[in-house]
Parts: sequence; structure tokens; C-alpha cells
Amino acid sequence: MKYLCLVYSDERLLHSLPESPKDEECMAYAESIQGSGRMVAAEALESVQTATTVRMRNGKMSITDGPFAETKEQLAGFYLIDAKDLNEAIQVAGNIPAARVGSVEVRPVRQLNP
Amino acid sequence: MPGLPVQAQVERVYREDSRRILATLIRLLGDFDLAEEALHEAFFIAVERWQRDGVPDNPRAWLVSTGRFKAIDALRRRARFAASQPLLIAQLEALEQADWSDEDVEDDRLRLIFTCCHPALAADAQVPLTLREVCDLTTEEIARAFLSAPATIAQRIVRAKAKIRDAKIPYQVPTLAELPERLDSVLRVIYLVFNEGYSASIGAELIREDLTREAIRLGRLLVELLPEPEVMGLLALMLLHESRRPARTSVSGELIVLDEQDRSLWDAGLISEGCTLVEQALTMGRFGPYCLQAAIAAVHAEAPTAGETDWPQIVGLYDVLLRAVPSPVIELNRAAAISQRDGPLAGLTLVDAILERGELLDYHLAHSARAQFCRQLGRKQEARAAWERALALTRQEPERRFIEERLKALD
Repeated sequence: MKYLCLVYSDERLLHSLPESPKDEECMAYAESIQGSGRMVAAEALESVQTATTVRMRNGKMSITDGPFAETKEQLAGFYLIDAKDLNEAIQVAGNIPAARVGSVEVRPVRQLNP
Repeated sequence: MPGLPVQAQVERVYREDSRRILATLIRLLGDFDLAEEALHEAFFIAVERWQRDGVPDNPRAWLVSTGRFKAIDALRRRARFAASQPLLIAQLEALEQADWSDEDVEDDRLRLIFTCCHPALAADAQVPLTLREVCDLTTEEIARAFLSAPATIAQRIVRAKAKIRDAKIPYQVPTLAELPERLDSVLRVIYLVFNEGYSASIGAELIREDLTREAIRLGRLLVELLPEPEVMGLLALMLLHESRRPARTSVSGELIVLDEQDRSLWDAGLISEGCTLVEQALTMGRFGPYCLQAAIAAVHAEAPTAGETDWPQIVGLYDVLLRAVPSPVIELNRAAAISQRDGPLAGLTLVDAILERGELLDYHLAHSARAQFCRQLGRKQEARAAWERALALTRQEPERRFIEERLKALD
């Protein structure tokens, strides 16, 4: 079963706290998940300052600066993993280095039924 | 066991250990049906093999091991049809004896409880789900225990089940490392089951022994598994309440309140077991609400007559309890203890303060307490109004009769 682990954190603090993870640590963790065979994809994201929100209404596209919602924590990255159940997904999510300073939302992937 | 014929020994192991063996097999095999099948085959083989070779030193380990081999055989037969089976077979073959050591959680109902109390489920859904799925309580019974509407409870259960399915929460025993964080809600569940059994919420029968027995069984199992102070405190609390059961209702099923109970009917064995557990738990430190409530029950249990109850000590314990878990129900119980120590006016003042805050307005025991205090103060009109309010709110038949008696006694 696939789970999307969405890593949220307060961007201003993500890299500045004593327990903030360094890129090497994040790379090493991603590699360990790759090695365990559970990795589908994972990426870190650029700052929310770079975000653009797009909507299509009545055939017209509207484009605005910034994220969809103003929140205390922003999406900072994600892991798409293959896990046997939620417990396993929680284990993977909990050990993502950024979980020490932010939080990780674990969402099961829904099968589309065409 | 030596001396018994082999057949009788197998039966005894089945009676005492089959649930544990099944729980272990479910964990190892990850499949309820496969585990059930393997369990029965293992016992079937045991009858013949133990006859020939003698009963093994550790029959349980032998049965788990044999069950596992039978499951591997069964999977091999199925493997021709399913591509994923060889992987599972390889995993099963790689298991070692240590994988089913006695340290692992042993009871499959407990395992289901831990799943229903999974922290990924909403806190207000864990308890109703467990009561529904593990203990087979109805939605109405659960709603009463929670002082909420059946429709609300039903919705919580449906949502929780959907999450178990959609997010794939496994039916899995938590590891010992995970246990402490899962424990709080499990203790709450067991206590609610006990309470539901001890004062069944709707209907004629005040005490449903099956539920209290089930809760105590789960409590004992948990103490065995995880002898934490609060786990011991909960078991002690249940045992001490249970000890009063024979004195709690009359032959005709009428409710008898604590200070009117015939204390010679209290079960001395349960009292002594409960008191020992409380003492043990309190000396361990790290105690919480269950230990404190058990300590209060122990003070009652140790008083030879109602008049000799150590009320100052009980009030002191309620003070600590209220600081640990602020709750209007505990405040109400404390008010009752205060009234015993300082008189009915002190009790009434405290109950009125709770009601004036808008809390416990629908809780019949709050109005019963108010009625008692007013009666003791000679305020008949107020006592009558409070009894009538309590009567309108209670759904327990014996409780209704009890209140009706009190109303008659006012005349």
C-alpha cells in the first residue's frame, strides 16, 4: 500500500534550530528508505515564497502568488512510500529527520476507480 | 501434569493456553483464518506425537512451532495459485524460537483492543470502537457510559472503522516498546467496560456480571503483561468494587447504598488482593488516577462499619485526584466525602457550585446527591424536586425504585 508522508514545518525554523537536520542527514535517510525497498519518490521543496497557486474557474485560469492557505507550518517536502500497513508507514514517517522540528502527515493513497 | 493421561494433558493445555497460542500464531502468520487452522492441526498432531514421545518441556512453544510448520505446508499448497506466497513462506521459515517468546503480548482479544485503541484513531472513537468490537456492547450502552447521544457514538465508530480499513491499521500486537503510549486508552476502555457491567445503564438488571468479569480478566492479563502502577491500580480498583457486589443489591434486586451495606457480605479475598495491589502500586511511585481511586476504595474496604470510615483520608485522596484529573464527576464524589466529614451543608454548597457552572445537569447522581443533602438539612421541598429530577434522568430500573423509595420516605 502506498502512503504519502507530507512534511510540514515552520519554514523560518526548519534550518535554524539546534535539532534541525542537515542536508546530508536527509540524503542518508532517503537512501536508507531506498535501500529498504519502500521508496517510491521523495523530494524536499523550495520555500513557500516560491509557490504559485493556480485555479481553473469557468474555463478561466487564475494565478496567484503564494500557497493556497496561510498556515503556521508549510509543506517542506514529501516521501511517497510503499508500506505494508499504517504502522510501518508511521515508522518511516516518524524517522524523517525533519519530523524533529516539524510534523509529518501520513496519508494513504487512494486507488482511482475508473 | 505428569500422571495425567496424555489426552487429558492435551486438553488441559488447550484450555489454558490455546488463546495465547492462537494470538502468537496470528501475529506470526498475519492471518486469522490461517492461524486458526494451524492451531487445530497442531493440537491434532500433539495428541498422537505426545503419546509416542512424551509431553515436551514447553508444550506451548512446541504447539506454536508445529502450527507454524503446518501453516507453511498450507501456504505451499496455495503457492501454486498465488504469486505472493513464496515470500511469506520464506519469512515464516526464517523465524526463530525467540519470535514467539513469552515476552510477547499473549492474548488475542487484548491484541484487538490495542488495535481499536490505536493512537491513529480519534481519541473519542477508540473507546466506543473497542466496547463495540471487543466487548459487544450496543451503541446505546456506550452512549450512556459516555453521557452522549447514540447517533454520535455510531458515527464515531463508523469513522474509526473506515480509517482502519482505508489507512490500513494492522490487527497487530504492539511491541513492548510501543506499549506504554498505547496504555492510557486501553486502561480507560477496560474501566468503562467494568463500569458498564457494574452499573448497567439501561434496564432491570443492575449488575451485569459478564462485563465485570471480562473487565477484570482483561485487567489481570494486563497486569501480567505490564506491571505498571496504573495497570495495577486499575485492577485493584475493579477488584475492590467487585468485592462489594454481594452486598450491593438486595435479594429482590434493590440497590443498597455503601453505608447501608452488610459488610460481612463483602468478599474478603478480593479486598485483600485489591489492597495488596494498591499498596504495591503506591510504593512504586508514578501513580495516577486509577491508583488514587483504588486507594479510596481501599479506605472504604478497610472500615469495619460505615461510621468508622476514615473520611479525612478519603477527602485528602480526592484532593490529590482532582488535581491530577480535574473532572466534575470527581468533584461530585469529593463533595459527598466532604459532607461526611463536615456535614450536609458543606456538601450541598459544593454540588450547587458544580450545577451553577452548568455541569452535570443531566447526570442523575448529581441530583441524587443534592436531594440527600437537602433531606439531611430538613429542606424537604428542595429534596423532593431534586429526587424528581434524578428520577427523570436515570434509566436504571433498580435506581428508579431506589429513588421512588426515597421520595416516599419524604412524606
